[in-house]
Amino acid sequence: MTARNLVTGAQNTWCPGCGNFVIQFAIKFAIEELVREGVELDRIVLVTGIGCHAKMADYLNINSFYSIHGRTLPAATAIKMANPDLVVLVCAGDGDCYAEGLDHLVFTAKRNSDITLIVHNNRVYGLTTGQYTPTSPLGFRGRSTPEGTIEGPFNPLRIMLSSGATFVARACTRKKDLLREVILEGIHHRGFSFIDVLQVCASYFNLSDFYDRSVYEIEDHDPGDYDAAYKKAGEWDYDQDARIALGVLYRADRDTLEERLAAHRGSEKERHSTIRKILEERS
Amino acid sequence: MEEFSILIGGKAGDGINSAGMMIAHLFNRLGYRIYMYFDYPSLIKGGHNYAIVRASREQTSACRDRVDLILALNQETVDLHRNLSRQGTTLLFDSSRVKAEGIGVNLPDILKEEDAPPVMGNSCIIGAFAHAAGIEWPVLENVFSRQIPKALPLNLRIARRGYDAARECCTIPALGNPPLPVLSGNEAIGLGLLHGGLDAFVAYPMTPTSNLLHFMAEIAKSHDLVVFHPENEIAVIMMALGLGYAGKKTAVGTSGGGFCLMTEGLSLSGMNEVPVVVVMGQRAGPSTGMPTYTAQSDLHFVLHAGQGEFPRFVAAPGDAEQAFIWSSLALQISWKYQVPSLILCDKTLCEGFFSVVDPSPGIPQIYQNPPHEGNPGYLRYSMTEDGVSEMLHPPAADTVIKVNSYTHDEAGISTERADMAAMMTEKRRRKGASLAIGVDNLNPVAAGGVADADLALLCWGSTVGVCRELAAKMDLRVVQPIVLAPFPRDRVKAALQGVKRLIAVEENSDGQLAMLFARFGISIDQHIRKYDGRPFSYEELEARVREASA
Repeated sequence: MTARNLVTGAQNTWCPGCGNFVIQFAIKFAIEELVREGVELDRIVLVTGIGCHAKMADYLNINSFYSIHGRTLPAATAIKMANPDLVVLVCAGDGDCYAEGLDHLVFTAKRNSDITLIVHNNRVYGLTTGQYTPTSPLGFRGRSTPEGTIEGPFNPLRIMLSSGATFVARACTRKKDLLREVILEGIHHRGFSFIDVLQVCASYFNLSDFYDRSVYEIEDHDPGDYDAAYKKAGEWDYDQDARIALGVLYRADRDTLEERLAAHRGSEKERHSTIRKILEERS
Repeated sequence: MEEFSILIGGKAGDGINSAGMMIAHLFNRLGYRIYMYFDYPSLIKGGHNYAIVRASREQTSACRDRVDLILALNQETVDLHRNLSRQGTTLLFDSSRVKAEGIGVNLPDILKEEDAPPVMGNSCIIGAFAHAAGIEWPVLENVFSRQIPKALPLNLRIARRGYDAARECCTIPALGNPPLPVLSGNEAIGLGLLHGGLDAFVAYPMTPTSNLLHFMAEIAKSHDLVVFHPENEIAVIMMALGLGYAGKKTAVGTSGGGFCLMTEGLSLSGMNEVPVVVVMGQRAGPSTGMPTYTAQSDLHFVLHAGQGEFPRFVAAPGDAEQAFIWSSLALQISWKYQVPSLILCDKTLCEGFFSVVDPSPGIPQIYQNPPHEGNPGYLRYSMTEDGVSEMLHPPAADTVIKVNSYTHDEAGISTERADMAAMMTEKRRRKGASLAIGVDNLNPVAAGGVADADLALLCWGSTVGVCRELAAKMDLRVVQPIVLAPFPRDRVKAALQGVKRLIAVEENSDGQLAMLFARFGISIDQHIRKYDGRPFSYEELEARVREASA
């Protein structure tokens, strides 16, 4: 165990029964595991967006960059780029990183930055009191769509598989042990780890019964098989009732952004000599 | 005569910018100070491009309405620039493409005989120019060997053919001064940032600062510098803040449209107090406007960008030396006071070229990395008298470092408490006041021309060059506030002491600097405004100042 209390004194304002408590517990577990493995707590940095999920930055007593809505991943990528010794965790919401910041999600997968993204996917906007998100089912009645949405959801796992993510997993707050395992595995993975966490929203979209009925843990699946992963990711389309696979769907080994960056970087550190050299060339 | 202007024109893709640079370096070798203006439309091939190289004993940074030599690689160069021709203007041209009176050289014939690619036509016309201008062959040989990295022997052979095909029609005397570095405004900014301690540069390409991105990427091949081009300007500023949080001194480059996308991140920098430098190159707007033409129409945008109230530093350098100095200072200030710093420049400065005397020895070091020691009781936003809190970066031993976009307490934890919200607002205000005092000691207002003249030209940014030159001729005073936020009111007032008539010269239609001055109780007597995307020429400004002061 760590000497430091991992929870700050900040008052917790998540609703009773919120899935965020489960995710917080799983992250704490993962951090404790990392510390046991010899990772100094001071090397861990948490980046969050804006939304209910993001209060994690206030509640966990670790380094944190409480960002703006949709803009977790570029900040997180840059923190890792600045210092590859840091362990960078990102918590983002589905509105946060599937709507407002989808561009960054696709590019982070493309780059394979060695960071871990946990998407608190409750398929509804909580903090803004109940509007549809990119993963709400077709016909979802939210406050901005009182007659039901007229657009169906997209499948974030398939987007990630198509964008080059090297670790694609799904978990659910209704399966706590698996969630803890998947998060720890994601952090251990070298490269961009994407974890879509189906989370219940106790106030605006409580799907506890649906998830309890539908989710199952993947077995007899080769995560190195891209086609199998793509097929598995499509079993459920985030819309119609279907069986929902949980676990690591895909894992690949590829150079990380930070490794490639280091390989291309110049070595001269003396600024004045670089300036003099350029001035001489321009004379 | 100790001043020459040369115009070289051709179609986009002819390499007019690099040809202009070769001409600039020929003059540089002869001891002249250089200013080069490059005019091009927003396209890759075709269209008409031209560069004007102005060489003189004293530094200038504006063009005249006349040129001594025209080098025409297309017919438009002759047809469109007749107004710059005077008696005695010599025309050198590619006789295969241009019909004109003067010295014709058939470039395609020579290139074909030498089995050289079309882009080497530039070397040929420059060879012809050197002969026409009475520049000795070894000077050209020297410049070519320094400036041309590839296929030097063939380029020299082509140049010699041009040289031999032309005849001498004037003599440009050597001044005997040593050559100086010739830098674009973008390059001067890049070197200034590096001087100030830059660790990383992030940008999405956008004229007129794309060449700053390219320049930094070239530097990063040998220097330990992170240079990154991400998916959009939102990612650019967010990456800069991530890098800054982790301790890397970072700058970004953009223009108005990209800066629009950065404003939410800029406000974040104001709130989470992570330093960042934004190089904001203005161009003619609104919206896409004229991407490759100049303007000074984003002053108020930059002064006010971002929601909420937070201190910021804005500097508008006017030439390459000021750009170098103030880029270094902007970076240092950003870290010293933990505020966003903006370097407000424009197409004329960014893509113009200037002779520069290395200003680095005279730049004060105002920021040094403080000791970085962890502390279990660390508070990122601790209350201090000057509003500046100790800034640590992860990892620091036994230390939790929290930065936050929400209103936060000293530890960086979100709060909506009324007293804390007010205290943090006041802390940011104190930081702004400390910044203002710091800026006051850095000569934030440049005064030039005749110090006690009654009539003063007030300008900002790249118009300072043409104003200075005119002031020297008409015995005027020139007042140029380089720092625009925090506004150096006392320094401005001191510089304006005794002025009886103040004429504001601006490249926008609203008179944005005049509006800023009005806020501080300084009224302007007359306004000269230009908003056609082109910088003032010397003669144009002279006529307008004479008209205004008549």
